[in-house]
Amino acid sequence: MENNAFYVALSLLLDFDATLFQIVALSLQVSLLAVLIAAVLGFPLGAAVALWRFPGRSGVIVVLNALMGLPPVVAGLMVYLLLSRAGPLGELGFLFTPGAMVIAQVVLVLPILAALSRQKVEEMLGEYREQFVSLGMSRARMMPTLLWDARFALLTVLLAGFGRASAEVGAVMMVGGNIDGVTRVMTTAIVLETGKGNLPLALGLGIVLLTLVMLINAGAYVLGELTRRRTG
Amino acid sequence: MTSLNAPLLVSSALYPPPALCFEGVTFSHEEKVLLGPCSFTLEGTGPTLVMGPNGAGKSLLLRLAHGLLTPTQGKVAWSSEGRPRQAMVFQQPVLLRRSAAANLIHALAVNNVPRRTRAKLALDALERFGLAACSNTPARVLSGGQQQRLALARAWVLSPQVLFLDEPTSALDPAAIKAVEEAVREFHQRGTRIVMTTHDIHQARRLAGDVLFLSGGKVREHTPAEAFFDAPVSREAQAFVAGELVE
Repeated sequence: MENNAFYVALSLLLDFDATLFQIVALSLQVSLLAVLIAAVLGFPLGAAVALWRFPGRSGVIVVLNALMGLPPVVAGLMVYLLLSRAGPLGELGFLFTPGAMVIAQVVLVLPILAALSRQKVEEMLGEYREQFVSLGMSRARMMPTLLWDARFALLTVLLAGFGRASAEVGAVMMVGGNIDGVTRVMTTAIVLETGKGNLPLALGLGIVLLTLVMLINAGAYVLGELTRRRTG
Repeated sequence: MTSLNAPLLVSSALYPPPALCFEGVTFSHEEKVLLGPCSFTLEGTGPTLVMGPNGAGKSLLLRLAHGLLTPTQGKVAWSSEGRPRQAMVFQQPVLLRRSAAANLIHALAVNNVPRRTRAKLALDALERFGLAACSNTPARVLSGGQQQRLALARAWVLSPQVLFLDEPTSALDPAAIKAVEEAVREFHQRGTRIVMTTHDIHQARRLAGDVLFLSGGKVREHTPAEAFFDAPVSREAQAFVAGELVE
């Protein structure tokens, strides 16, 4: 019985295991904060690329699309080099803190949010353009209108970003270091327990992680449906 | 429409309607001339009905006049100082994914109308166009006729000096067409200069002050409505009025 992953997962949850809750809380904090920061930067960036014509625009689009597939360890390595003692931002002493993990995940999630929102906003702009020009709107004025009208599509984009952030292990491992009680999150804990051969615990953690992600997705879906019905 | 009993205020701010002048305007796409060269002046109070068969260049002419397209050659000019306040209602209304009222409030916000007056102006316009009951309804779930009326209400709140309408009734049933035509008359009575395309000759008879007739990308005739329908001068217009199929 003790070797059954579901049993382990359930008992971890029901025992209100303090360590587990700390790990879960840190996972959520890091990933949600990273997605929030990436959204604040990425949505306007995506909308701007959709709205403005400038030299090298196609290049920007290709790079954004390509970076959606950026390997987490590469993102981790980049942030590691940036934050390591010898790096340009080494003096901040950020390496192996949750802050560093947030930065690494922002690097991973930002291209996804920017590239996908660029696509959604551009589609919508095709539909709205004449009306906007008729209303005398500048491009800068079109941006908030388009982002708001694309809100349902962008919610899905946001979830894709959160999925990427909460699922990756390479980047947080490299810049966080999986320090017990400080930077250990669900994914790094799973890697560690698997390495130690504690498979039921690893699997139990995996089940908890999956459940959390599902709950967040279900919540977002319900929220989206409710507002969609209210505002069309 | 509820608004018919309301007093019609002819806003002096809208008079006199500015004249629109096309000076040798040509519009080409990929070296193919789609419209022009055409030169004409739209003076007087209208409404001007732009008529002609499909593909004659009616929508192009409207878009050039409104500034959505730039002429390849020639110039579109207004008699007023600067560009007059103008709005356009499209064949397929383009409505935001928000409530009916929010669509109007957005248009007001974009035009820098003070925040505290927006809701009131929006509600007044919704009432005028018989949409008061739908003010919180998502604009995109309204019926086709209601959507077109909402597009008209959006133009109304902007108090345009000139209103362009591009085949506004072509996708609507008779009751909805009637509502749109009444709305067009209200705009006209308020002093808004109407420029509207249609391929429906009966509609043109009901609404037109003067007619600009196009075929094959060229202006064939620009005459007062009565003259146009009684005794069209150009061969193309004669055929069109007689109900023949004109290319």
